[in-house]
Amino acid sequence: MSDSEKNYRLLSNLKVGETGEVVEFVNESALSQRMEEMGITPGEKIEVVRFAPLNDPIEIKIRGYLLSLRREEAELIKVKIS
Amino acid sequence: MSKDPVLQPTVSLKKNLTIALAGNPNCGKTTVFNALTKLRQKVGNYPGVTVEKKTGRLELSRGRNLQVVDLPGTYSLSVRTPDEEVAREVLLGRSRGTPRPDLVVCVVDAGNLERNLYLVTQIQDLGLPIIVALNMMDEVKSQGRQIDVKKLSELLGVPVVSMIANQNKGIDDLKSLLEQEIKADYTRRWRMSPLLEEDLEAMVQVLIDKGGLTRPEAFFESLMLLSSAAHIPDKAYAQHHHIMFSKEVIDELNQINARLVRQGVRARSAAIEARYEWIKFIVKEAVIDTLAKAKNWTHKIDTVLTHKVWGWVSFIGLMTFMFYMIFTIATYPMDWIDSTFSHLGAVVEQSMPEGDLRDLIINGIIPGVGGVIIFLPQILILFFFIGLLQDTGYMARAAFIMDRVMNKVGLHGKSFIPLLSSFACAIPGVMAARTIESPKDRLVTILVAPLMSCSARLPVYTIMIAVLIPQASAWQKSGIMLIMYLLGIIAACTMGWIFKKTLLKGQKPTFILELPPYRLPSFKSVILQMWERSRLFLKRAGTIILTLSIVLWALMSFPRQDNVEPAEALRQSYAGKIGQTIEPVIKPLGYDWRIGIGLVGSFAAREVFVSTMNIVFNLDEEAEETTLRQAFKQAHWPDGRPLFTPLVCISLMIFYVFALQCISTVAIVLRETNSWRWTLFQLLYMTVLAYVAALAVYQIGKILGFT
Ligand SMILES: Nc1nc2c(ncn2[C@@H]2O[C@H](COP(=O)(O)OP(=O)(O)OP(=O)(O)O)[C@@H](O)[C@H]2O)c(=O)[nH]1
Ligand SMILES: [Mg+2]
Repeated sequence: MSDSEKNYRLLSNLKVGETGEVVEFVNESALSQRMEEMGITPGEKIEVVRFAPLNDPIEIKIRGYLLSLRREEAELIKVKIS
Repeated sequence: MSKDPVLQPTVSLKKNLTIALAGNPNCGKTTVFNALTKLRQKVGNYPGVTVEKKTGRLELSRGRNLQVVDLPGTYSLSVRTPDEEVAREVLLGRSRGTPRPDLVVCVVDAGNLERNLYLVTQIQDLGLPIIVALNMMDEVKSQGRQIDVKKLSELLGVPVVSMIANQNKGIDDLKSLLEQEIKADYTRRWRMSPLLEEDLEAMVQVLIDKGGLTRPEAFFESLMLLSSAAHIPDKAYAQHHHIMFSKEVIDELNQINARLVRQGVRARSAAIEARYEWIKFIVKEAVIDTLAKAKNWTHKIDTVLTHKVWGWVSFIGLMTFMFYMIFTIATYPMDWIDSTFSHLGAVVEQSMPEGDLRDLIINGIIPGVGGVIIFLPQILILFFFIGLLQDTGYMARAAFIMDRVMNKVGLHGKSFIPLLSSFACAIPGVMAARTIESPKDRLVTILVAPLMSCSARLPVYTIMIAVLIPQASAWQKSGIMLIMYLLGIIAACTMGWIFKKTLLKGQKPTFILELPPYRLPSFKSVILQMWERSRLFLKRAGTIILTLSIVLWALMSFPRQDNVEPAEALRQSYAGKIGQTIEPVIKPLGYDWRIGIGLVGSFAAREVFVSTMNIVFNLDEEAEETTLRQAFKQAHWPDGRPLFTPLVCISLMIFYVFALQCISTVAIVLRETNSWRWTLFQLLYMTVLAYVAALAVYQIGKILGFT
């Protein structure tokens, strides 16, 4: 694994407080499109703010607002850790 | 204001214009709508408050009128939920009953500019004249930012009004803009890759030349096609978009699509990314970071309210506190209402000649209607708290906390918002299910929403708790009440799980929910909502409950029996006969025929149980001068056993937790599901559930030796 590849992770694997940059969606679908329309587009900064009390869903910050996603949805988003 | 229209002959006196308020969920559209039209539609600090279009009027100068349409919020025009569809259809001019708007006021949450502008750019593409209402300017300031409104207006190419709608700031500016004529002169500023643009233009041309669409329509459809999986209008697409294409058009589009595939370009999200790039540029130019430190209340509050332990503690604590208030501060006005009605009864008794009419008023209407109105203070307190929950932003957090649980039972975290709304009343709850994407999940939510304890159950619980433990402290009462409410939640989840596993199997739903910043609830809006609710409650008391009280009184008083004891007369009345007919069915639950009358009476509205019991025990002259609670205590079976034993009280409460006794809910479910089958199914399953649960409680309780 090269150095740069190590920096790529799925959003669902980020810890609370970690930030990254959206790289792409693992597969494209109506769901990924909806998330893109809500501002989760490649190149955007994304931060994991907290997990819900039962660990799922997670709360993220994107384009300055707070959004909650299930882990399954977060698994679709590949991010680059800064 | 000029009264003489002749002085202004040219300006659009010609017709009534329609303007639509569009924007992202929770950006303040309804607040603006209310300010413009002086109406009082519901606002709340969570996405998805408005789920239908609402129309109002705005009077301008020179006698002109505007028809203003408030739309449900939507993040984009590629629709996924029924409420978003309402918004899109109006904007595209495909909505029944609403003309295509002549102007769109795009309400934008200035504190969340980037995402909000996405929809603005989409609406611009539709070729409609637009005004941007830059709302929530107060929050921009506390984020440590400033917006250069003039710059923003230049870049977007549309008029921009900055406003703080909930403080009525900027409304007048918006109104004076509406006085002027606004044209759509728009050139698209965002661009995709040249190859894609070429293909897009080819599609647009096909749709204009062969499909007969206007340019903006053709552009909109082409973009939708580009972003759909197949890039061609298949059957599903046509259905979803309510649009049909001819064979010729489809063939041509197929060719363009083949070219797209050959070129190997990523088309699906190209437009989305291009729009956001343009928006990034706008924001970079028009938003200035001041050096002021941003206040981050929301983060601090959430640290507690969504905490692993404190999150649950606060949820339960909040509910207990609410019930505690219901049982403490509400008692004073309740006593007051109670004595007013008994006074009224005494006055009528003295001033009217004896006869059926006096009997109807004293023994039918006053105990029937008065017996329900007495609960108004409790219901007001309930609505005060629900108003606070909805206005602060807690609703979305409750959904966030509960999503895991809901996920386990196969439901949506979003379903929790309709369910929470059902604490007030199942009707808004059922309506709120429109924000759910999958039709099956929406149906499941509608099916279980009435299991949540609504305000109409409050009187029944209160009475039964009072009979159950007469000396209970407010804390004990609150505890029992909490259990009843939790039972409703548990039942809703369990039934939801069963339906998802059996009748309505489907994919696991998604959960993408915006968590709005906490906002100070506006005292005015909470009071307005309480007022609105009490109006509805009193209206209900004056219509349904009054009618049912009269009917029940008649059924209980006729045929007239002379020279018999009141109790015997009741037994021989029509109602008594009905009660005795069903007694064999309800006896296993511990109920006698008199309770049976109450159950039958409350079939259309639950509160009527309390009215009926008031009438039943009021007819019994011996019970005169005593409260309903005492009358309950004295009621007994023919063999002398007391009727309202603790076990019977519990069994009755359980029955009322589960039973669907509300004609209005049935009507709204029928409208929302558009299916008699599901509506009747719901009525049936809830009634069976109520019966079986009450039966189990009573019988098992008896076996365990309780009375
Ligand atoms: N701070 C602040 N809050 C506002 C402003 N305008 C509205 N609000 C609040 O924002 C919340 C949302 O307002 P609504 O009018 O219900 O928003 P909406 O766009 O109709 O929402 P949906 O119907 O859910 O799409 C409410 O709590 C309002 O009181 C404003 O200018 N500043
Ligand atoms: Mg609204």
